[in-house]
Amino acid sequence: MNLSIDHLLGLKGVPKEDLNAIFDTAFSFREVLDRPIKKVPTLKGITVVNLFFENSTRTRMSFELAEKRLSADVMNFSASSSSLSKGESLRDTIQNLFAMKMDVVVMRHPTPGSVKLLSQFVDAVVINAGDGTHEHPTQAILDMMSLKEKFGTLEDLNVAIIGDIRHSRVALSNIYGLKTMGANVMLCGPPTFIPYGIESLGVKITYNVDEALEFADAINVLRIQKERQGKGLLPSLREYRNVYGITRERLAKFQKNITIMHPGPINRGVEIDTDVADGSNSIILHQVLNGVASRMAILFLLAGGKR
Amino acid sequence: MQIKEIKNKILFKNGKIFDSVLDKIYEADILVNKDKIEEIGDINPEKQYEVVNLKGKIVSQGFIDIHVHFRDPGFEDAETITSGSKAALAGGFTQVCCMPNTKPAIDNEAEVRAVYRKSRELPVDVYPIAAITKGRKGEELTEMNELANAGAVAFSDDGSPVEDSVIFRNALEYAKITGKVIINHAEDLEIKGTGYMHEGIVSAQLGIEGIPGLSEELMINRDIRTAEYVDAKIHIPHVSTAESVDLIRKAKKRGVKITCEVTPHHFSLTDEYMRNFNANGKVAPPLRSEKDRVALIEGLKDGTIDVIATDHAPHLSDTKETSLDLASFGLIGLESCFGLAMTKLVHEGHLSLMDLIKKLTINPAKILGLPLSSIKVGEKANFTIVDPDEWWIFNKKNIYSKSENTPFLGQEFNGKVKAVLNKSHYMTV
Repeated sequence: MNLSIDHLLGLKGVPKEDLNAIFDTAFSFREVLDRPIKKVPTLKGITVVNLFFENSTRTRMSFELAEKRLSADVMNFSASSSSLSKGESLRDTIQNLFAMKMDVVVMRHPTPGSVKLLSQFVDAVVINAGDGTHEHPTQAILDMMSLKEKFGTLEDLNVAIIGDIRHSRVALSNIYGLKTMGANVMLCGPPTFIPYGIESLGVKITYNVDEALEFADAINVLRIQKERQGKGLLPSLREYRNVYGITRERLAKFQKNITIMHPGPINRGVEIDTDVADGSNSIILHQVLNGVASRMAILFLLAGGKR
Repeated sequence: MQIKEIKNKILFKNGKIFDSVLDKIYEADILVNKDKIEEIGDINPEKQYEVVNLKGKIVSQGFIDIHVHFRDPGFEDAETITSGSKAALAGGFTQVCCMPNTKPAIDNEAEVRAVYRKSRELPVDVYPIAAITKGRKGEELTEMNELANAGAVAFSDDGSPVEDSVIFRNALEYAKITGKVIINHAEDLEIKGTGYMHEGIVSAQLGIEGIPGLSEELMINRDIRTAEYVDAKIHIPHVSTAESVDLIRKAKKRGVKITCEVTPHHFSLTDEYMRNFNANGKVAPPLRSEKDRVALIEGLKDGTIDVIATDHAPHLSDTKETSLDLASFGLIGLESCFGLAMTKLVHEGHLSLMDLIKKLTINPAKILGLPLSSIKVGEKANFTIVDPDEWWIFNKKNIYSKSENTPFLGQEFNGKVKAVLNKSHYMTV
């Protein structure tokens, strides 16, 4: 099984066939993860470097685990982008690293487009682990895989993404992926969190969370960062919870079971209440497990499948 | 590029002369003796003349660019007055005005005079635009009278808008004693925020924090009303949005003493260029939407936009081949200006060649009070010679700047600068 793409830089333009191939492979790796010995020799001899220019715990651990389960040699490089002094060329930093011959690079960077820039500079498979507010394709793939697991198909599924769309890398990747797979997407949040011009992607927009819940089969609740308060974007977290927080009382108004997702880390009591996050309609922990399986699938299809 | 001193006489045969000062187009031969025009008409070559056949070529007054950055002093690795002047010649420019965002800033008499001193021997006339405020900090006015006497041709804090409205009003009023125009970078920095491309559909689809057109329009609105209120002259640099053009159009109708310029990149490119995250498209103000681009061309056509200026902004490759947030704002523009303007404006039927030449000669000369005479016997030989129809591909060998940050490499242009005469030098591209 080969993908049409050489790198995974984002989900924009990635065809449905590629996504389905990733889902199918990921579900078979899910079975591997249920075995007592969870390691397969698929990427033996392949060197993967996790290049993180921004803090990350979950994504980095999930990738590292996926790489180790596939028997790849793993290297980690972490640097806060502030340590790259202004004016220093990203190209220099990266070319130095790659003089050491890497096969795959998994990169996170705070700036949109920098992962694409990397793919132009190095002769390696490049996987985007989040580039600023641009894309986070593996997160969207694991979100979609979790929805597929729950609903069987994504065709005509109604998915609402609720929260800080503007500062999220998860939202755009989900929009691109879900639209490709035939789902309907609604964005919900305060107007200051909805990017100007986003309606051009063929998504519905509402500022009213009840409208989003009315629409949704599943909701993807985004983290509200405390730093957003007080800069005029958000008066307070308390006000946010009152207007947009996903609470049991709010969900009880609807005569249906709405599936709950969250990319983590959760701000309990702000964007979502504990009893909802841990409740029977939540698939948040499935997302975490599917994250490992889908990253294994992506690594295998991009780096192993071609050998 | 070949530059040689004119020691005797050169006869330019069969050229078509576009005299933007007289608004006249005619065919004639021109005999140049050192730095002066000796004869115009039907001239038979004598043996001792060098003869240049200009059949199919056009002769105009030398082009003027009132908005360049030569990075000198302070950032000479990216450009110097000498290297920038070569880029100017390659673009057909014989007079350029350099912005004061140097280190130190051109905010005192010595720095103004230094620009003249460093360019004295060059075949390009380089004029300094001095800062409005000391250190371009927007706090205290510079000694404008002294700076103007030393040769400053206008006042601008360049990339730093004068944000304090009181200082800005005072600057407009005080500059009246010099007769020089104030050029204020039109961006409200608060609204501009931390973005690095136009806020619109493309920025939303790329997840990039945008710079709204509003940031420019708010500042232009303030500047127009203030200039109108105190009855002062104002020039708006690099207009980039449809609404800005409209604000200026209306102000001109009311009789406000306002002029403005547009860059070749703003009338040629849109935010679509940013889809590949190429930092060569990162510029302030940003490349806007197609609707804005069309409105800029409309503004050029109806005369709302007086001048084409390049905002030539050299940056070394290591500040461009980096993540978009760290990349510098700006691109070089001197060498590609005429080719772009011919291709996008004249050959697409928006402007006549004479209208384009006016926006590169007489209009900028009037706004900044630069010398420009009609093409007649006894005047200085200061010409640009172009082939309006030659097709060529713009690539690195056409760049004379020390920097190569341009989004236009590899593009085909229809119209080319062939030669320049100035200060008794003859330069062929």
